[in-house]
Amino acid sequence: MSKKQSDYTIKRNQNEYEVVIGLEVHAQILSDSKLFSSSPTKFGAEPNTQVSLVDAAFPGMLPVINEFCIKQAVKTGVGLKAKINKRSIFDRKNYFYADLPQGYQISQYKDPIVGEGSVILDLTSGEKTIGIERLHLEQDAGKSIHDIDPKNTLVDLNRSGVALMEIVSKPDLRSPDEVNAYIKKLRSIMRYLGTCDGNMQEGSLRADVNVSVRKKGEKKFGTRCEIKNVNSIKFMQMAIEYEANRQVDAIEEGESIDQETRLFDIKKNETRSMRSKEDAHDYRYFPDPDLLPLEISDDFINDIKKNIPELPDEKKKRFIEKFNLSAYEANILVSDIETSKYFEEVIKNSDVKLSTNWITGELFALLNDKNLEISKSPISAKNLSKLINLIKDGTISGKIAKSVFEIMSIEDKNPADIVKEKGLKQQSDPKELEKLIDKVINDNPDKVKEYKSGKEKLFGFFVGLAMKVSGGKANPQLINDILKNKLK
Amino acid sequence: MSNIIDLTLVDLVEKIKKKVLSSKEITKAYIERADKSKKLNTYITEDFKNALKKADNFDNSPDFDKKLPGIPIAVKDLFCTKNLKTTAGSKILENFIPTYESTVTDNIWNEGGILLGKLNCDEFAMGSSNETSFFGNVQSPVGEKLVPGGSSGGSASALAAKLTPATIGTDTGGSIRQPASFTGIVGLKPTYGSCSRYGIVAFASSLDQAGPMTQDVKDCALLFSIISSYDNKDSTSIDYKREDYLKKLNKSIKGKKIGIPKEYRVDGMSKEIEDLWQKGINIAKEAGAEIVDVSLPNTNYALPTYYIVAPAEASSNLARYDGVKYGFRSKGKNLIDMYEKTRSEGFGNEVKRRIMIGTYVLSSGYYDAYYLKAQKVRRLIKNDFDDVYKKVDAILTPSTPSSAFKIGEKTNDPVSMYLNDIFTVPINLAGLPAISIPAGHDQKGYPLGLQIIGKAFDEQNILNIAYFLEEEINFKNKINDWWI
Repeated sequence: MSKKQSDYTIKRNQNEYEVVIGLEVHAQILSDSKLFSSSPTKFGAEPNTQVSLVDAAFPGMLPVINEFCIKQAVKTGVGLKAKINKRSIFDRKNYFYADLPQGYQISQYKDPIVGEGSVILDLTSGEKTIGIERLHLEQDAGKSIHDIDPKNTLVDLNRSGVALMEIVSKPDLRSPDEVNAYIKKLRSIMRYLGTCDGNMQEGSLRADVNVSVRKKGEKKFGTRCEIKNVNSIKFMQMAIEYEANRQVDAIEEGESIDQETRLFDIKKNETRSMRSKEDAHDYRYFPDPDLLPLEISDDFINDIKKNIPELPDEKKKRFIEKFNLSAYEANILVSDIETSKYFEEVIKNSDVKLSTNWITGELFALLNDKNLEISKSPISAKNLSKLINLIKDGTISGKIAKSVFEIMSIEDKNPADIVKEKGLKQQSDPKELEKLIDKVINDNPDKVKEYKSGKEKLFGFFVGLAMKVSGGKANPQLINDILKNKLK
Repeated sequence: MSNIIDLTLVDLVEKIKKKVLSSKEITKAYIERADKSKKLNTYITEDFKNALKKADNFDNSPDFDKKLPGIPIAVKDLFCTKNLKTTAGSKILENFIPTYESTVTDNIWNEGGILLGKLNCDEFAMGSSNETSFFGNVQSPVGEKLVPGGSSGGSASALAAKLTPATIGTDTGGSIRQPASFTGIVGLKPTYGSCSRYGIVAFASSLDQAGPMTQDVKDCALLFSIISSYDNKDSTSIDYKREDYLKKLNKSIKGKKIGIPKEYRVDGMSKEIEDLWQKGINIAKEAGAEIVDVSLPNTNYALPTYYIVAPAEASSNLARYDGVKYGFRSKGKNLIDMYEKTRSEGFGNEVKRRIMIGTYVLSSGYYDAYYLKAQKVRRLIKNDFDDVYKKVDAILTPSTPSSAFKIGEKTNDPVSMYLNDIFTVPINLAGLPAISIPAGHDQKGYPLGLQIIGKAFDEQNILNIAYFLEEEINFKNKINDWWI
């Protein structure tokens, strides 16, 4: 695999700077119940309705590991081609906050459940491998709400104790575009695995972004700043651009960069200091004495490995090899699990090339237009497949197919029925078409004369007219052939 | 017939089963005694009205198959009891009423036990004299102005004063055995993982263990059989086969190898304690036990290790008492101010001292030198016991280095207070079971206890040895009802 250098750099005066980025992605595990309690995890429930005594840290309450969440983490680890640690330890990360009922977060510090792995990015310049440092399990905190009551901060503990995977990348990313590709790929893998829904609006996926800059060619990393809790790819990219430029400016001014935690202000499009290294929390990590070290067996891991679905990279490879798709097309079709499912459903009974074109062309345009996910597509894969077959067998032309597609987008009907109802079937009877062409020729003696005297461009005029007279239904190939014959 | 309150737990159960006594008669007797014993300050919360109601209910539809049919019992106020105030001896939980029941107490009620009320204890079980309780000192029935020991001081005092036929405490570094020794009763700290910690206000999670405090060894075996259970709500609970410890109780000691650790002969140990220990050794020897001199070389490090590990865990366990969700809250200008005021006013000095120690030893830069080192030493202490148990079946030591002291005598000297735990702490660090039985009196007439330490899950064995020694020693508590 090639490890291409990004050409994203920042130039100031005579200097060219490279940007080095590492991400700590917090992915909410898809699970009906929390990491250490049996409370439900549904998004959008009434505040404080999904809180157990454990989640609210009542005296004498104890955490009990949810085995399903462990499976999900291991599954994700396998998807990231990572080392699964058979022994991992839950630690307490101690700090006070109103939405942290225990006064500590149960996390994994020195011994995470998943070790080093990798993710392959599909960039326009080719593939690039990004290293994964680790994946660990931790509890989410509750939510402090500052804008409902003018005087008080309100606390919603529904999220308290929800299982998160923190996926830490190596500092291998070099541009906002790579960050975009990385997040999308990570999300894609987790959605294929069913371990995280990747929904950034609902906060299922958020990231802390570590940014540093260094002069191009330099081997040593610059001092990094961590931008906390950014919850959209766009904001991540904006934050990186701002932060990298801020650091370059500082260096050019002869200042040094302080290692610190910063916040991204969406409204002002800038990052600002939250706390310096000196003010950094001392989290006093230590192994949680309420939980024994987590030990998982080879059988446990192998059972999970056996049930890993085909992941985007493998699927892409298969699509290219088996269906002769271009890497570009394959990327588009595998990037989202729902798209790939749709595609595979369509091509079960239809021509691959035509299906690819129609899905990446008309269907994507339609979905884009209506702002819909493919899972909510107004046209089912089954019916699109039928439409494609109608084109392939010559029942309708590509042009007519577009009208049928439009009708289908309003009402997801069998396209054959639409063709029948609207009489859109292609006219392919040569005798009928001959009659039609004879009429066109007879109605336009002047043009025929001009054509025969050498104005061959007029051929298109006759084709267009014939198609028009047929109401667009004539088989264009036959029209061409017959016309050529008649006008000889 | 002797007085109800003079009967043992096992006797009471038998008298109820034979319908010689009703639950109501028994419950009333203890309540009447408690009403006359307020001076001892054993109760934080009395639940007498409900207890009488429950006793009535039991008598109306008795179930004699239960192991504690209609027997009233008061428990340490560290166990969460549903709908009844649970304070942990702290102002910060002064008005806290749980909506849930601890597994250990639940086990008692499921066997027919009836809750009398909640007994005083050191704040968050941090103390060796019951003087750190927000609800005031407990006096020992052994003597006026005498501490009952701690942290289960209210439990020990109530039991010795016959305000409850049996009780339960918790033991993190000696909190059952030391007060048992001070008040002339029996106290068992079970193997870690034997009794569920669910619903017990946590002090130091890796050390805390609930256990019975009883008038004699038979009662202890009965109550232990009831409270010990596997519980999937506690991840450190251990799933192993529990015995009917009372049924299997026997006095056989012949042929057993009993270890005498030389490191427990500490400097400045009083002659009385030495003599007591020797008495125990002699009795065992005469009965045919083999006395083996053994060494637990890391004993010296147990106390400092304990006073790093326990406060470290406590500093984190007590972080939840922040005024946000329940319990005491002080007004503050902002969140941090509210935290500071709530915790400054809500916690007492000993708790604050341990939170500070714990925070310090976990701080970055100190973690390796203190907490991590302590964990390593803890492993060595455990290894010491493992080595010794290759040669012996149990270990015999004094329970405490001295008898009870006066209230106020050690409050200004935390280190001398901590030294009280010198013989009990290593057992918690190693997660082993140990029982303290009353074995004699000092010159002042204060009780002294002997400790029998067992292998993990070998409670039956130490109960059996204790049962034999108990009979031979034939200890009689000298309690003259001075407070009535």
